[in-house]
Amino acid sequence: MAVDMKMNVLIVDDYKTMLRIVGNLLKQLGFSNIDEATDGATALEKMRQKNYGLVISDWNMEPMTGLQLLKEVRSDIKLKAVPFIMVTAESKTENVVAAKQAGVNNYIVKPFNAATLKEKISSVIGAF
Amino acid sequence: MSKRTARRRKVAVVQAVSSKRRPAKRRGLFSELESLAMFIESAKRDIAALHPEEIRKKHLPTAADELDAIVASTAEATGSILDSAEKLSAIGETVTGPAVEQITEQVTRIFEACTFQDITGQRITKVVKTLKEIDAKVGELVRAFGGSGRAGRSRVRVRRGDAALLNGPQLPQNATSQAEIDALFDKK
Repeated sequence: MAVDMKMNVLIVDDYKTMLRIVGNLLKQLGFSNIDEATDGATALEKMRQKNYGLVISDWNMEPMTGLQLLKEVRSDIKLKAVPFIMVTAESKTENVVAAKQAGVNNYIVKPFNAATLKEKISSVIGAF
Repeated sequence: MSKRTARRRKVAVVQAVSSKRRPAKRRGLFSELESLAMFIESAKRDIAALHPEEIRKKHLPTAADELDAIVASTAEATGSILDSAEKLSAIGETVTGPAVEQITEQVTRIFEACTFQDITGQRITKVVKTLKEIDAKVGELVRAFGGSGRAGRSRVRVRRGDAALLNGPQLPQNATSQAEIDALFDKK
């Protein structure tokens, strides 16, 4: 099944520069409906108000981290199936394992390039 | 009572006790105590000579401010670069032919390169945290050796659970590569 490029995508990062970068890269990949949140709590609120086809989240944020957001999403009956990719500088194996155990669909370590972003999104929501 | 008087008294007490007629073992012990007291006094003088209060009140805050300024200026520069890249991207949408792909490719490279700001920002934040920990430790040292060191109580919290996983960017030699992460995901 073809990927709906008009799906709502939520980017979560406390660095506004990163929101801009990821947002621009997603636009170049063809996604047009992109929302932003600067922490996990705000992201969760947005997810409860709107349907998202993909969430791309940083880990290290306050007050709610990306990992906490992921756990909240996976424990919410309405949100638990939303594809979730972690994009983070936290590159220790224990972090990757913790995220995987919490139900992350894929994990991108910063710094990354557009090709990696496309590859990981494809592996989660299908080729586009 | 001045610090110097207190120090002299302490040394005098140790000397007085150790000079009394005692069995050899005890004399040895008191002699060790005397050496220890002198060593502590000497260490206190050495630490005082380092001007730890000056390190805490002047050098450490200045270093932290300088690092914060680096983050702010690189963020500003990155913002300007992104402004230009977005304008170029918009121009790319108005042209036709092979130029479209060329512009898109170059703009993508600019976006990718700008991710440096996030990584350097996180690295600098780690350094600032380390400086704060050093500040707390120096404060404790000052307090332990009789200085004021009021703000020196350790504020270094032991992180547990998910919080212990927040380590920020790793140095290249310690980092897990994307390929290694992919391998972890390939394992079912």
